[in-house]
Amino acid sequence: MTNATAVLDARNLGRRYGRRWALSDCTLSVPAGHVAGLVGPNGAGKTTLLNLATGMLAPTTGTIEVLGGTPASGPQQLARVGYVAQDTPTYAGLTVADHLRFGRHMNPGWDDELAQRRIEQLDLDPQQKAGKLSGGQRAQLALTLALAKRPQLLILDEPIASLDPLARREFLQVLMDATAEQELSVVMSSHLVADLERVSDYLIVLVASRVRIDGEVDDLLAAHHLLSGPRRDAASLPSSQQVITESHTDRQSTFLVRSSEPVIDPAWTVDQVSLEDLVLAYMGRAAAGAPQGRMLEVKQ
Amino acid sequence: MIEFHLDGRSGVAPYLQLIQQVRQALRLGLLRAGDQLPTVKEVAGSLAINPNTVLKAYRQLEYEGLASARPGVGTFVTKTLSDESVAAHQRLSQELGTWIRRAQLAGLDFESIEALFQRAVRSAAREVAG
Amino acid sequence: MIWVSWRQFRPQAIVAAAALAVIAVLLAATGPGIVSSYRSAGLATCHVNCGASASNFINGVGGLDQALFNATIVIGYLAPALIGIFYGAPLIAREFEAGTYRIAWNQSVTRARWTAIKLGLVGLVGVAAAGLLSLMVSWWANPIDQAAGLGGSASLQRLDPLVFNARGVAPLGYAAFAFAAGVTAGVLLRRTLPAMAITLVVFAAVQFAMPTLVRPHLLPPAHTTAPLNAQSAGISITGNPGSPPVIRVTGNFSKPGAWVLSDATITPSGAALTKPPAACLGPGQNAGPQSSAGGPGQCISALVDMHLRQYVAYQPASRFWPLQGIETGIYLILATGLGVVCGWQVRRKRP
Repeated sequence: MTNATAVLDARNLGRRYGRRWALSDCTLSVPAGHVAGLVGPNGAGKTTLLNLATGMLAPTTGTIEVLGGTPASGPQQLARVGYVAQDTPTYAGLTVADHLRFGRHMNPGWDDELAQRRIEQLDLDPQQKAGKLSGGQRAQLALTLALAKRPQLLILDEPIASLDPLARREFLQVLMDATAEQELSVVMSSHLVADLERVSDYLIVLVASRVRIDGEVDDLLAAHHLLSGPRRDAASLPSSQQVITESHTDRQSTFLVRSSEPVIDPAWTVDQVSLEDLVLAYMGRAAAGAPQGRMLEVKQ
Repeated sequence: MIEFHLDGRSGVAPYLQLIQQVRQALRLGLLRAGDQLPTVKEVAGSLAINPNTVLKAYRQLEYEGLASARPGVGTFVTKTLSDESVAAHQRLSQELGTWIRRAQLAGLDFESIEALFQRAVRSAAREVAG
Repeated sequence: MIWVSWRQFRPQAIVAAAALAVIAVLLAATGPGIVSSYRSAGLATCHVNCGASASNFINGVGGLDQALFNATIVIGYLAPALIGIFYGAPLIAREFEAGTYRIAWNQSVTRARWTAIKLGLVGLVGVAAAGLLSLMVSWWANPIDQAAGLGGSASLQRLDPLVFNARGVAPLGYAAFAFAAGVTAGVLLRRTLPAMAITLVVFAAVQFAMPTLVRPHLLPPAHTTAPLNAQSAGISITGNPGSPPVIRVTGNFSKPGAWVLSDATITPSGAALTKPPAACLGPGQNAGPQSSAGGPGQCISALVDMHLRQYVAYQPASRFWPLQGIETGIYLILATGLGVVCGWQVRRKRP
């Protein structure tokens, strides 16, 4: 079942290195017009998934389609996808202005006016060599390079992981400004939920090479509830409530459940779950060796 | 023009916070009918939040009749709240004062009163949002 | 993409240009002097029996000019190697090392095109630089080469392996091959320094193997067979105590400018001479005409009686350009093949 407006469509996608599967059984359909946050611990397979999306890697099993096309299959496909790699590499010996010329020569769709304007707004010296820029400035330069070719989809692999909080905030500000201005779809990965919480409206949780859950943030938050009340066994809960995590004291039980129906049992105190708690719950569940395979899709 | 801020720890969804701040500004007379709200791009770019979140807030304001979007131009305030709500405020404040005295007589201390009040407000807010 | 390749390559290009400029100045300053010495030795118009005057001319070449001549030989070997090491090895390896391939492969240019243009542009510049160098050097050394060809020197002929590498079009082929080898090493190893080392080793090995194993057979060697008689120039018998003596006949072979591949003394049956006649052997098999039992004259008559012949295989001087052409062709084919391997490997590469 293809989603015609999906920016990223993966079916049973898998990638193996030697005997280790870096990504297995990945089926995703990320809708357009969203900022999708890809979160998971280090080594979960986030970079592998993004490399498959940009065509830097070829799948071992399964298929992946980006904007309806095969990744890196030709100049038109390459032009539609912008990419900022982990730790935002730049050419240390080239100046900022050289980088823009680089972009201009390598991309027929390059918008030089946009690029110059953004560089000015960022207060970057065009004659400064990229190697002498601060980490935050390099990240902004890499972002400008990806934005100025006017892609439909922007893929970012942990772009702010090694930046200080101010540089992080500034990067996300520019990213959101550009997302609004250019009507971009974005897929951004991080191992910290906090980085993604403000900007994502679609979430993918990847742990140990598998997708644990994915969906629109609003739907996910509406479907998950934190139930606390007198001590009870997980099995005693109705089947419509799927237990994600549970913890007990001698008198009290707390369950994080997923349920498509509202919880009306008066014995429970029902609280909303924050995105961070939700992600942590799924990550903990995966670490504890919960059954493999993804959850039912959350779609309304 | 109004300037938004976000409290990441309040537990209130970002789009709700934006709506609340618009309403508050209207109440205080900082925003009047005809004023332009910041563009989606401006809000997303200054707060580093998803543009769809801003869109959602603005659409809700439109639904409530507080604002209206003019394509290609921006979103504008359509109502001025301050005049209407002042009288309502006074009456509500008096009623609230009466309720608090009753709670005190029932034996609650101020902390319990505040907890009771906050829970009632939150569950009412959830009903509206859900 | 062309600008990009050029911009990344600019520092190395400037170095090459500067080096070529320095060499050009040196050669331009000294060249005319050599030409006039050549002319005043009368060699420009000499056609027969020029050996003596050619020899004099060559011996009279001044110290600086001699040093320059040797330098051009050395540069002839070095230049292609340097092109391979400094132009070829870092071309793509550097992008892997710095992680910048992640930028380059995510613009609107396919990997195949990116590789092809980088290889093409930098390769062309490298080969052109080698060609320009060879042109300058060949022009400058022409008088000396001509004199050697007229018989003025046995070791400086153009076909001599040492000189051959630094003349004509061969340096173009060497440069192309070294460059392609460097880029391939860089793509396979993905680290610049190891790629540089491997390129040097491989290039040196090939440059050693070519003149010793391959070049002699690129065209069927010519040969002459001349009978030995008492008038033939000297017979020498050398050997170590206890091992059979080696009889060498420094014969009358005189083909100016030829590259001698083998020079053997053969018996009428065609086999090489292994056992000297008894008359040439002294007590204890320590041979030498002077130590033979009967004296040098008897040794020589005994040898003459054996009807020996001198068999020389060689490449004549006229083969210089054909050999250059064939060899350059081989190197260019190798370079092209390596270029294809590069393109294939880059498309396959996983980060």
